[in-house]
Amino acid sequence: MAERQAQGRPEAAALPPAIELRGISKAFGPVQANRDISVRVARGTIHGIVGENGAGKSTLMSILYGFYRADSGEILIGGKPTAIPDSQSAIRAGIGMVFQHFKLVPNFTVLENVILGAEDGPRLRPALAKARRELTRLAEDYELDVDPDALVEDLSVGHQQRVEILKALYRQADILILDEPTGVLTPAEADHLFRILGGLKQQGKTIILITHKLREIMEITDEVSVMRRGEMVATVRTAQTSPEALAELMVGRKVLLRVDKAPAAPGRTVLEVEDLRVRDAHGVERLKGVSLAVRAGEILGIAGVAGNGQSELLEVLGGIARGTGHVRLNGTELDLSGRGCNGRARRAAGIAHVPEDRQHLGLILDFAAWENVAFGYQDAPEYRSGRFFMDNEALRTDCEGKMARFDVRPPIASLEGKSFSGGNQQKLIVAREIERNPDLLLIGQPTRGVDIGAIEFIHKQIVALRDAGKAILLVSVELDEILSLSDRIAVMFDGRIMGLRDPAATNERELGLLMAGVDDTRGAA
Amino acid sequence: MDRMPGWADALLVPLISLLVAFAISSLVILAIGENPWEAMKLMVTGALGSSYGWGYTLYYATNFIFTGLAVSVAFHAGLFNIGGEGQATLGGLGVALACLFVPWPHWSLALIGAAAMGAAFGALWAALPAWLQARRGSHIVITTIMFNFIAASLLNYVLVNVLRPTGSMDPATARFPAGTNLPGIGDMLTAIGIPFARTTPANISLFVAIGACILVWALIWRTRLGYEIRAFGKSEKAAVYAGISPVRITMLAMLISGALAGLMAINNVMGEAERLVLNSVEGAGFIGIAVALMGRSHPFGVLLAALLFGFLYQGGAELALWTSIPRELITVIQALVILFTGALDNMVRQPVEALFLRARKGAK
Amino acid sequence: MDLPTLLQILDSMIRLGAPLLLACLAGLFSERAGIFDIGLEGKMLSAAFLSAAVAFVTGSVWLGVLAGLVAALMMSAIHGLASITFRGNQLISGVAINFLASGLTVLLGQYWFALGGRTPSLEGAARFMPITLPFARELREVPVIGPIYYELISGHTALVYVAFALVPLSWWLLYRTRFGLRLRAVGENPAAVDTAGVSVVGIRYAAVAICGLLTGLAGAYLACGLSAGFVKEMTAGRGYIALAALIFAKWRPWQALGATMLFGLLEAVANRYQSLNLWGVPLPVQFMQALPYILTVIILAGFVGKAIPPRAGGQPYVKER
Repeated sequence: MAERQAQGRPEAAALPPAIELRGISKAFGPVQANRDISVRVARGTIHGIVGENGAGKSTLMSILYGFYRADSGEILIGGKPTAIPDSQSAIRAGIGMVFQHFKLVPNFTVLENVILGAEDGPRLRPALAKARRELTRLAEDYELDVDPDALVEDLSVGHQQRVEILKALYRQADILILDEPTGVLTPAEADHLFRILGGLKQQGKTIILITHKLREIMEITDEVSVMRRGEMVATVRTAQTSPEALAELMVGRKVLLRVDKAPAAPGRTVLEVEDLRVRDAHGVERLKGVSLAVRAGEILGIAGVAGNGQSELLEVLGGIARGTGHVRLNGTELDLSGRGCNGRARRAAGIAHVPEDRQHLGLILDFAAWENVAFGYQDAPEYRSGRFFMDNEALRTDCEGKMARFDVRPPIASLEGKSFSGGNQQKLIVAREIERNPDLLLIGQPTRGVDIGAIEFIHKQIVALRDAGKAILLVSVELDEILSLSDRIAVMFDGRIMGLRDPAATNERELGLLMAGVDDTRGAA
Repeated sequence: MDRMPGWADALLVPLISLLVAFAISSLVILAIGENPWEAMKLMVTGALGSSYGWGYTLYYATNFIFTGLAVSVAFHAGLFNIGGEGQATLGGLGVALACLFVPWPHWSLALIGAAAMGAAFGALWAALPAWLQARRGSHIVITTIMFNFIAASLLNYVLVNVLRPTGSMDPATARFPAGTNLPGIGDMLTAIGIPFARTTPANISLFVAIGACILVWALIWRTRLGYEIRAFGKSEKAAVYAGISPVRITMLAMLISGALAGLMAINNVMGEAERLVLNSVEGAGFIGIAVALMGRSHPFGVLLAALLFGFLYQGGAELALWTSIPRELITVIQALVILFTGALDNMVRQPVEALFLRARKGAK
Repeated sequence: MDLPTLLQILDSMIRLGAPLLLACLAGLFSERAGIFDIGLEGKMLSAAFLSAAVAFVTGSVWLGVLAGLVAALMMSAIHGLASITFRGNQLISGVAINFLASGLTVLLGQYWFALGGRTPSLEGAARFMPITLPFARELREVPVIGPIYYELISGHTALVYVAFALVPLSWWLLYRTRFGLRLRAVGENPAAVDTAGVSVVGIRYAAVAICGLLTGLAGAYLACGLSAGFVKEMTAGRGYIALAALIFAKWRPWQALGATMLFGLLEAVANRYQSLNLWGVPLPVQFMQALPYILTVIILAGFVGKAIPPRAGGQPYVKER
């Protein structure tokens, strides 16, 4: 690869950028996802791209990988204008992409996944042998070791990500794009990833890192570009900027990172969980004996990397999944595995649930807003008219009230769920659940995919519910959110609670270690 | 909004799909050496040109309303019930038992009793596939088809070995007692002074079918059960979050669906044949699929689509009588309607949508 | 039960199981690529009709087979168009294909032959003839092995041997070739194939075409091998039974062989013993006829092990970020 570079570029001093985008624009219907974007990425550097959700980062990268075609603009690879109509062309141009959601075949081996699409011939055997040799070499060069014969579904998320990187390298990628690569990794895994990226940079590869985590940008990138509302607002040298400056560029105004709230005044215990265990559909234990308690008037935040049992905890408390152990709400035992384990019974007991997966659980996207307002509460007497019928008029009126009180835009009750933005969908759900005045609110990823304005609003609502003396169990993968909202923090790792911390007396480093399963007070877990 | 208006979605797209299906059917008729225009004229006069034709058209339409509603209710729950044929077969058995073994004092009571039995038997035949889907995850499409075959064998056994009158060679039950005979549409209209052929099989079941349309509409869009059925049909995961039991909804939706299909027997068995014969359903269960797809699973749409298929069915019978085109032409048309309004929906929808978008852009 | 009777039953198991095997392998290619195909029935039916019609007119069974392949491929093209290109509902498309075949075969049959939807009986070179394998006659007298070889293994029509040969061939294609790797990947995670720069649409169309070819063979065998001509609705639910066998086989070729032979055996037994006395209870003929369908339901009920279908099965592929 080094030879190829040397041959192609005789004048080392005047190296053209690895990638140059000129005036890229892309619209989806009335939404302008990218507007006149120009950026240069120098060869052999790590270039960060930051921006809020919906700023247009992913669209831009999808254009670069041939998933979408730009409406206008030009892409130059190594100084040459290059058309990228499909992924095949992107691969040929030396671009490799590691998607946020991995594009792997779960029941294939690592080797099979690596050669898929790059088999060099109709029979598999030679390709498998070649890939095996190549993987051994790459493992030595870049700390990229994975068992080539393991099934991908048996690998940890961190190792699956390595398979994605190996796929790109096997295809001789010179330019590697990583989309939010650390979202599913523990801090330790993320550090390992950064070492790998550093090694790749040493070998002359160019790396584009898309993220919304400023810490990572500061730690590893050489240059950083900031996107806001589809536009590229700045490209700066990382050494010459600060997280605060970048945050301001991202949002376009000064951001308040802390939530204003009074100290908690916790009362009696509302929720008691004892030795809670949950198995998934494949029989794998996901919750391995969790015990915790939430009191009235406090927010217990559950921190952890996605996939360590937080989802299962919410689901079993919300009556969606089944488990064993003991859960008491206001002293009454809840049914965890029988007929009484369902969302209806949980709501009747006084539990409200804002689910993590808003689009697939919290709403019926094809239902009108006024129908969604009753979702989960279709039994409620005020929504009913007689034994069998629903009172659609009451639903509409209630929906309009909620839209006004929670600033849902546009405030049109007849609009279908899918026509609202993520933030407004979330406000509708939060309104529905909070206004039931529950004893316990379960709330998962309250601000995922939600714009800044709505985040502040939703946070205020959660704090207001706490101040009204209710118990709140908050699950979030955003450490900032956990730190700023919680009155106590529990860290989950591998289906267990690693420890409880006081947000005032802890920091991201300590929490990060716990999230990785390392308890520095007791040694490794 | 980057979508087209509601009326285009509900009316224009199905209409275009229908036209495409008809155009291809015309080509088929051409291919077998007949004149599509003449065939169409023959169908219109045969099915709509006389009160006799209308009588048959309405009779068939009544069947298709029941089976169309049956498929629609299951569709709303995200279930594809192809078992209407078997459920209607069993419904026929229920109706026959009610008519043969209960001495009804009046036809109106007999109608209520037979309807209850037909619905119960139809629901029963849907219950096992529903339970297997809900509890064991068995694909309801294949199990309901299998239950069609099993229903045919079962009916064959019952007619040959149990219900056949001694001495009869015909695998059929005895005639139902006269007290169970339903008033025909012809009789009813003639009684109020409107001349209408009295020998057609259209009977009072038509009004039961229209009543069923209204009830299904209320069920789906006005009741809590309907709300839960629709929510479950859109997303099973979300339904579980909302405390809706998948097993309960699958069972209830399929029981209602099967009952509606079974209810059809008051028309074809009690109203028309006045005895139970083999293959009395004559494919109406399958036509229900086309009717539900065309009618967008809305009871009013089902009513219109059932009328259309009633016309096609009667017209097709006339064609078979006067030309060399066999009745299977209707199966072909039915297949094409399912194909274009169901599976190839996007083929018609996308161009129409694009046209609307362009028109709107132009207007701006 | 003596050896000759057993051999006769097993022999008819092979003859009756072969079309199921072909259809099952057809479904395997389609579903492994993520395209559910409830239209196996209709494809078989259309192939049976066109092969019988052409074989009768030309007097050549091989031309008949060719015509059967064309018929099934055309049905496959419709299914591909609906479920791959226009991302329609694959179940509805399959159902439509079944009705289309059911109607068109009778319509055209009546137009061409005026026999109420049947084709005339096939004779001579218009039918498949049994093939006697080498040394079958000579070895006939050898105890046990001789009759097994002569009665059971030898003396079938060409397509039976083709069907059995297709089992290892399918296995090799699926697990040892680039095409097989991509096909299986497309049924599990089409996005992985797409991002690797391979056309999802292309692979899926190829799979659907293979499905057409195999159902074409199955249909041709039904009309020109198992029977001597086409009869209305002659597939009699075999397409659905093949799907149940496919689930039973957990979408794998060798297991498909076992599952389809089980159904073949059942049909053979039902044919031989029209009414069976089981522990003193007489089973009516209608029950024996319904037995394959009842067994299908039992298999689907999962009482014989849980099957996990290809993950992307039934879902149209939509590119996403």
